[in-house]
Amino acid sequence: MFLIPCPHCGERAQMEFSCGGEAVIVRPASAASDEAWADYLFGRANPKGWHYERWCHVHGCGEWFNLLRHTVTHAIRGPFAIRDAAPKVPQ
Amino acid sequence: MTRFATGGRIDRAQPLRFRFNGRALHGYAGDTLASALLASGIHFVGRSFKYHRPRGIVSAGHDEPNALVQIAGAQGEPNTRATVLELTEGLAATSQNAWPSLAFDAGALIDALHPLFPAGFYYKTMIRPNWHVFEPSIRRAAGLGVAPAGIDPDLYVQRYAHCDVLVVGGGPAGLMAAQAAAESGARVVLADENGDLGGTLLWREAVAEGLAAGAFAAQATAQLRGRSNVTILTRTQATGLYDGNYALLCERPAAPGGGRPALRLWKVRARQIVLATGLHERPLVFPNNDRPGILLASAALKYRNHYAVGVGARLVAFINNDMGAADALALHRSGVTVAAVIDIRDADGTATGAALAGAGIAYRPGSVIRDTAGRRRVRSVQVCGLDGGGSQWIACDAVIMSGGFSPAVHLFCQAGGKLRFDESAAMFLPDRAPDGVRTAGGLNGAFGLDAAFAQGAEAGAAAAMDCGFQAPSQRTPIAAGKSPAQNIAPLWRVDVAGATKRQWVDFQNDVTDKDIGLAAREGYTSVEQLKRYTTTGMGTDQGKTSNVNAIAILGLRTQRTPQAVGTTTYRPPYTPLTFGTFAGQARGLLQKPMYRLPTHDMQAQEGAVFLEAGRWQRPDFYPRPGEAREDAVRREMRETRGGVGLFDASSLGKLLVSGRDAGRFLDHVYINRASNLAQGRVRYGLMASEHGIALDDGVFARLGEHQYLVSPSSGMTGAVFAHMQEWLRCEWPSWQVAVQNVTPQWATLAVAGPKARALLTALGTDIDLDAKSFAHMSFRDGRVGAWRARVFRVSFTGETQFEINVPAAFGPALWRELRNAGRPWNAVPLGLEALLRLRIEKGYIHVGSDSDGTTTPDDLGFSQWRSKDFDFIGRRSLLRPEAQREGRHQLVGLVGTDPAFRMPVGAHILPRIGARPPATAQGRVTSSCISDALGQSVALGLLASGRARLGETVELYFGGGTFQARVVKPVFLDPENQRLV
Repeated sequence: MFLIPCPHCGERAQMEFSCGGEAVIVRPASAASDEAWADYLFGRANPKGWHYERWCHVHGCGEWFNLLRHTVTHAIRGPFAIRDAAPKVPQ
Repeated sequence: MTRFATGGRIDRAQPLRFRFNGRALHGYAGDTLASALLASGIHFVGRSFKYHRPRGIVSAGHDEPNALVQIAGAQGEPNTRATVLELTEGLAATSQNAWPSLAFDAGALIDALHPLFPAGFYYKTMIRPNWHVFEPSIRRAAGLGVAPAGIDPDLYVQRYAHCDVLVVGGGPAGLMAAQAAAESGARVVLADENGDLGGTLLWREAVAEGLAAGAFAAQATAQLRGRSNVTILTRTQATGLYDGNYALLCERPAAPGGGRPALRLWKVRARQIVLATGLHERPLVFPNNDRPGILLASAALKYRNHYAVGVGARLVAFINNDMGAADALALHRSGVTVAAVIDIRDADGTATGAALAGAGIAYRPGSVIRDTAGRRRVRSVQVCGLDGGGSQWIACDAVIMSGGFSPAVHLFCQAGGKLRFDESAAMFLPDRAPDGVRTAGGLNGAFGLDAAFAQGAEAGAAAAMDCGFQAPSQRTPIAAGKSPAQNIAPLWRVDVAGATKRQWVDFQNDVTDKDIGLAAREGYTSVEQLKRYTTTGMGTDQGKTSNVNAIAILGLRTQRTPQAVGTTTYRPPYTPLTFGTFAGQARGLLQKPMYRLPTHDMQAQEGAVFLEAGRWQRPDFYPRPGEAREDAVRREMRETRGGVGLFDASSLGKLLVSGRDAGRFLDHVYINRASNLAQGRVRYGLMASEHGIALDDGVFARLGEHQYLVSPSSGMTGAVFAHMQEWLRCEWPSWQVAVQNVTPQWATLAVAGPKARALLTALGTDIDLDAKSFAHMSFRDGRVGAWRARVFRVSFTGETQFEINVPAAFGPALWRELRNAGRPWNAVPLGLEALLRLRIEKGYIHVGSDSDGTTTPDDLGFSQWRSKDFDFIGRRSLLRPEAQREGRHQLVGLVGTDPAFRMPVGAHILPRIGARPPATAQGRVTSSCISDALGQSVALGLLASGRARLGETVELYFGGGTFQARVVKPVFLDPENQRLV
């Protein structure tokens, strides 16, 4: 039940959001190999530590955005715009 | 006479009558059920969970393992702890797990046979034929209370609150923490489970700032109440602490009923939290330590000082620490006679013996209790030395015990705090706190008021300063006298010659030290395994009194320290919460709001029987007098096929997709193409997930150059909308497309059947309905009756069908006009069941019924995507070998050999005729009906390599029976689409 910073609405309770999983997974072109496509579909980093992920303020403004979240402490950095490059992972 | 004439915090001016097991008793306002029972001389209140042994009150708080009672009536509640249940006028409570009565319980036979029922006995003995044969009788024999049957009449509410500093626990440490934080200016919430703040100040004798402890607590409370930045929540138990300093507090407001809530759940978001949750005293583990009348020393003192109740006339104390000795001495001095103190520790080096002897109490250092006697109440204890010698029986009518203390670390651990075991204090203490959480007082293992005051004030000040407030200028109060010390010598179990009787570790779950030994011997040496194998630490008390003893005994059995054994995971709730607390106001329609069709009330007038279809309430069928459901459904089908049927199709989704890139976007969302659709035309569309699995189908219409109306299926509209948004915002954020869900803004009334066109003509419209100018799969704007409308020609029935869209508010009036206009043709309202069967006859799929999580568009017979030369969602997945392989389950039609037998949905297709389970199914029936129009029993199904097996006869299996069917193309009625003209 951590707080999540929505780019439009500010900090709101987690229950207003839905998590879309790991962010910045590049969608391969159609010509990709079966292995590359499978990795895109199913391969996820699942780190113990900082995780770049996307969230939707589904019970609010509806916007999608990216966050850095620490999977152990739930410390959060962001939000970051979907189009922006992934930020550096904090030390 | 066990109630003292003076003292205590009860209100003698307010006597209360209550019943326990039918017996009329009385107590006073301020009593708990437990204190009132003890005041009446009653210790024996229940039977134990497994062995049905007589059990008494052990504690004076929320940690109670034994005294669980059933409250009678509609507002009744099982498993209520008598030690926290406030006495009210007319309260009726009964014991649990005893039949026919508490005194003569037939289940007690199990106790006599206890060697047959060790921990986990059912895992070993009830294997054949299987556990479920035994489960009902085991569950009956081992039981807690009975859930009330009726609807709970109580009111439950929930509130949100925000603060800078949340202080949990209003004892000496919590009071100081709240004061310090408040002094600095922080917004403070202080929660305490009791009616008055003060914690142990209310019943342990002490002097602080020259005031008696109780008066000091009252003064501190008054100061806090005088501050506008402090919210005091009494009668409020903190039950959960979650990430982000989010706390759940459960308040039991005084005097519920009459519009006032029974329980109020607070959801508190705090920037900083101070935990001052105190400690629980531990029982000692010794032979026959579970008899009624054996209770915690601190509980006996609380009953004496808080409730003016003596727990017995002649007590024996069994201790391993100085706090227990001090409590025995305090009890004795206040008029509750303590005959003897049995101390596991040697006399050397302690002042305990001298103090006790000075008060006239027999002191036996270096001794243990080896046995006790007394079936329904302890009547004597057998004492012996650590070598087993010097045995002696001492008569008593109550035993108080103190085996040390366990800080209430539960909330701390829920929030992510880590513990360490302190060997000298024999307790698990907070070690590393999570961010924003501080601990103070007894929770830190501190004994004595000075330490509690100092730690509380420091934690409160630090919490406020972390929120950006200035350090408070506050002097820490000073307590009189010397700070007490615990001086504990742990005794985890009695291990002397002749100690043969069972020694209870977990009273609530009937777990003995031998059970723990058995678990260890059988390899369940992880503490989590121990819990699950023996059930120690489960139940309503979650082992508050027993866990540390169990951990230490497991350690003894496996040569490990408690630190090495570790604790089980602490999870919310800290104390039991009722379902009503969580549900709050979210009951009935507030729990599951339902969408209603714009013409809902009119459908009800038509006699519709409604059905919950996803979130929609939809007419299932319209029975005429004397008609059963099946009759009505088949009549509706016949009359639609032969004439005209009407239905409210407003639940069909309506997503408006607009913008320069709308066509390009839909090209990517659907497996088929949208951008080449002509304006005014409608196209069927199937969408796949990125995994290439059929997600939903529906139609889309091109309203304009840059605008489409997409119609997902009723149940999938929300999911399709979210799917589109996610792809738009995350994958193609630069595309100029907006998606709006306008479903509830439109009433969609459908007219279907060979007379549909005639009906619309009769109603009056300026739209040319001729099939040549207004073809199937197109739409027109125009006037229908009195309304401007958009009319779609689409069909889910297989008949000529018009779907008339008007603003939702006009739906009822249009329905009335359609019904009037339809009279000449006996137009009937068509229910959902008939509609779904009509579509089966026509072979129209229902994604999710006729497909599952492995079904691709190809499997359903849709391969338009192969001609698309550009990417769309799921395309690459459709090219994987798995999606292309032979033998995939493909959509087929099935015609039953017996035309009167409806093929059950879910029936498995056997690998060959004559095969019987176990066998690998070749597919299954996905939807089916009896078709009066065709005189056949028809079904849709999935069949391995189905499209290559047309004409084959297959055998199907369902629920023990078999039947046969012929495999055909998945369309039964009008394959040439002549009825759609």
